[in-house]
Amino acid sequence: MFVKRTALRYVVVVISALAIGGATIYLLLRYISAGAVYFAVPSGTVDPLMVIIEMGLALFIIYMGVKFKNYLAIALAVVQAALVVYLETTYSGSLHVVNNLFIDQFSIIMALIIGIIGSLIAVYSVRYMETYHHHHPEVRDRQRTFFFVIFIFLAAMFGLVFSNNLMWVFFFWEITTITSFLLIGYAETEEATKNAFLALVMNLLGGIAFVAALIILAATEPLSGGIDLAGVLSSGDAAVILLPAALIGFAGITKAALMPFSSWLLGAMVAPTPVSALLHSSTMVKAGVYILVRFAPVFAGTLTGFSIGLVGALTFVLASAIAISQSNAKRVLAYSTIANLGLIAACAGVGTYMLVWAAILLIIFHAIAKALLFLGTGMIEHRIGSRDIEDMEGLIVRMPRMAVMMFIGMAGMFLAPFGMLISKWAAIEAFVQAPFGLIFIALLAYGSAVTVFFWAKWMGKLVAVTREQERVERGVLEEPWAPLYILTGLVVAATLLFPLISSVLIEPYVLAIYGATARMAQANVAIMLLMMALLLVLPISFMLFKRSAKHLPAYMGGRPATADRHFAGSLGLTREAQTRNYYLNDYFGEAKLFRPGLAVCTALIIISWILAGVAL
Amino acid sequence: MTWAWLIGAVLFLILAPLAGGLIAGIDRKITARMQGRVGPPLLQPFYDVGKLFEKERVVVTTAQNFYVLAYLIFIALAGALFFAGGDLLLTIFAFTLAHVFLVLGAYAVHSPYSHIGAERELIQVMAYEPMVILAAVGLYMVANSFYVADIAAVAVPAILYLPGVFLGLAIILTIKLRKSPFDISTSHHAHQEIVKGITTEFSGPTLGTIEIAHWYENIFLLGLVYLFFAWNPVIGVVAVVLTYLVEIFVDNTTARVRWQAALKTGWFAALIGIVNLAILSYMMIGGA
Repeated sequence: MFVKRTALRYVVVVISALAIGGATIYLLLRYISAGAVYFAVPSGTVDPLMVIIEMGLALFIIYMGVKFKNYLAIALAVVQAALVVYLETTYSGSLHVVNNLFIDQFSIIMALIIGIIGSLIAVYSVRYMETYHHHHPEVRDRQRTFFFVIFIFLAAMFGLVFSNNLMWVFFFWEITTITSFLLIGYAETEEATKNAFLALVMNLLGGIAFVAALIILAATEPLSGGIDLAGVLSSGDAAVILLPAALIGFAGITKAALMPFSSWLLGAMVAPTPVSALLHSSTMVKAGVYILVRFAPVFAGTLTGFSIGLVGALTFVLASAIAISQSNAKRVLAYSTIANLGLIAACAGVGTYMLVWAAILLIIFHAIAKALLFLGTGMIEHRIGSRDIEDMEGLIVRMPRMAVMMFIGMAGMFLAPFGMLISKWAAIEAFVQAPFGLIFIALLAYGSAVTVFFWAKWMGKLVAVTREQERVERGVLEEPWAPLYILTGLVVAATLLFPLISSVLIEPYVLAIYGATARMAQANVAIMLLMMALLLVLPISFMLFKRSAKHLPAYMGGRPATADRHFAGSLGLTREAQTRNYYLNDYFGEAKLFRPGLAVCTALIIISWILAGVAL
Repeated sequence: MTWAWLIGAVLFLILAPLAGGLIAGIDRKITARMQGRVGPPLLQPFYDVGKLFEKERVVVTTAQNFYVLAYLIFIALAGALFFAGGDLLLTIFAFTLAHVFLVLGAYAVHSPYSHIGAERELIQVMAYEPMVILAAVGLYMVANSFYVADIAAVAVPAILYLPGVFLGLAIILTIKLRKSPFDISTSHHAHQEIVKGITTEFSGPTLGTIEIAHWYENIFLLGLVYLFFAWNPVIGVVAVVLTYLVEIFVDNTTARVRWQAALKTGWFAALIGIVNLAILSYMMIGGA
């Protein structure tokens, strides 16, 4: 019965995934060279419906707040609802947009990320959730709700990236807050509930800032362009839109879990792993950076944008550094996500055309590689029963295929010639040319050095060839490998095809916004491809070495040793040598670095508001 | 693009091991003299490597050879890219990739000594990487290009604009050349407290490969030093020689330090570079 239901669910989810993925590819082909296209969707009935749903959601939060005695959430929900009501009643005249929906190359990129990667994660989830409940019999089986919420989540993300009406953007923004709240709290344990509320409260703060921005925009409609996104971005009066832009940027910071708000994304790890994959790669945090990158032209050249960018750059350095001290694989991935989102925010805040180009590249590569790494970690955890990096020692022997995929995913995050590195490189080149870019370059230089350390030592654990270990790649409850294979292929393909992605999607967008665009020099593209080709060919050399070499045990200070690292100790005892990675807690510990980051980033955000207010 | 870049790359691939081995020989000679010894023949490094290739192929795991081969290939590729006049940042990232391969080779053998060596090597990478990136940025600020060819063709003496950057680079050069006091992951003195660190389990032809890769790398590093003085080739060569002599001197007069000191020093060197660049960018925007 159980299995049958899973099989049926699998079919339904796969069909939905194919439909969604197919639809996004259709959008790509249909609008690839169309530029920005606007759709005059009538909003007569939609708008009131959205407000009703928003009020319903507020009531739901209040209900949950009462149930779990979280009064802060109630207070924030009430404030937000009150602001929405105020906005609707006071400025009902200014809340109209001719073109409610639009599509441009940046939307298409986001849609591809949501549609393809999000769908792959959904497909993976079906078997994963079955195994999850098998491992966690204490958790109530609410899979029907789970998958319902996931598809709502994806739908809301689509709404968010295609809306030109900022009221609509806000509506979908709030839906993602609620859906992530529901998903994080899935296990219904005390910890899950607590962390779900943490995410909710922080995102409600962002939501309130968002409504405040809408109120300002509505109140200054003739100057600001009102709630028409395109109108706001092309507004002649930059000073007027700077404050709402800073507030919406703040909402983006909360959603992207940048430094003062990073704790919610870490707390969100109590959710089943596919949820983390979803939050980190194709939804939630990507909404945060999406809005920041959208508003980058407004931030460009302003001190407000500069301080938002600094929040991002500091987040990049500190989160990367903290990642060194973590041995829980999901926490390492989470900190690396936060770091990379910080880098994207840094690019968006400074906002020159080259940086926006780099930021969009970062979004793409991060989405693919991180989805692969999370899903891989979930699979490993189900097989070896741990998500600790130390326990992944010798995975290349135990789960060779999974280890190779994780290896490619990690390479995708920090090594040349893979995607993330292309973007980092582009960011360095762009910051050199930006005013005061040196501060960012300094932070970037330290941050990227730190990145090498924590990824390489994890890779090292994976590739350690351990003797006499059993292969555990296959098991009774089998997760589907297809999403992982596809994602691995995408990591490689995105790197090989990035000149194409850049020239058909990113460059036209940047060109349309800034009138100038960045691109990578032909010679460098050739060298990247050469490196990639070498990487793909090199493994063949394995066969070369297989023939001749003689095997000996590792050196144990001259003691007699065996191949599986046992050596003759004193008193005739045989001992086993064990190794553990460095975590350098005294230097890079969470306790050491989080507080300063919290203080400085909070200050920078407040400064960004003051600077924007002064400009007004 | 002309054929010149290809010639640069090919010349590097052929000549760098020869020059690197020769420099290693001179290094050993000078080191011996500093210690009051006669020292080995000038060509001893070549004899050593030649001997390594005649030895039996012994491994802990077959995979280790793959990583070492990848290390050599990417070091050579990066160096060739540098001497072809290519993008300096890309060169640096290719070097990082190469080093990660060496580190992975040490992890792959699953041996305690090479494990510690690998971790220390990573700490070294973390220590020197900021400064290397900043050096590239500094050269960009002078030449307005990341291309080595453009930087080498600059008519003004880069060193006058970038004294701090150069000093920082000289400091981390000690790490990169695997010289004391920062030779914490491996060095040429055979038995240290972590045996031979990252290279503990590599022997015979594999160790020979690492040695050749190291020669390639040293030539690249000296090329990087040369860029600061490229406006006058004679001064450039003299500066490279002097810098290397200072490194040998430091190597012989210091004892190995703990990794904490290596990390702090590397990051402090980067700080010197940042201050230099800050002053430079201030001059470019406001002052001059």
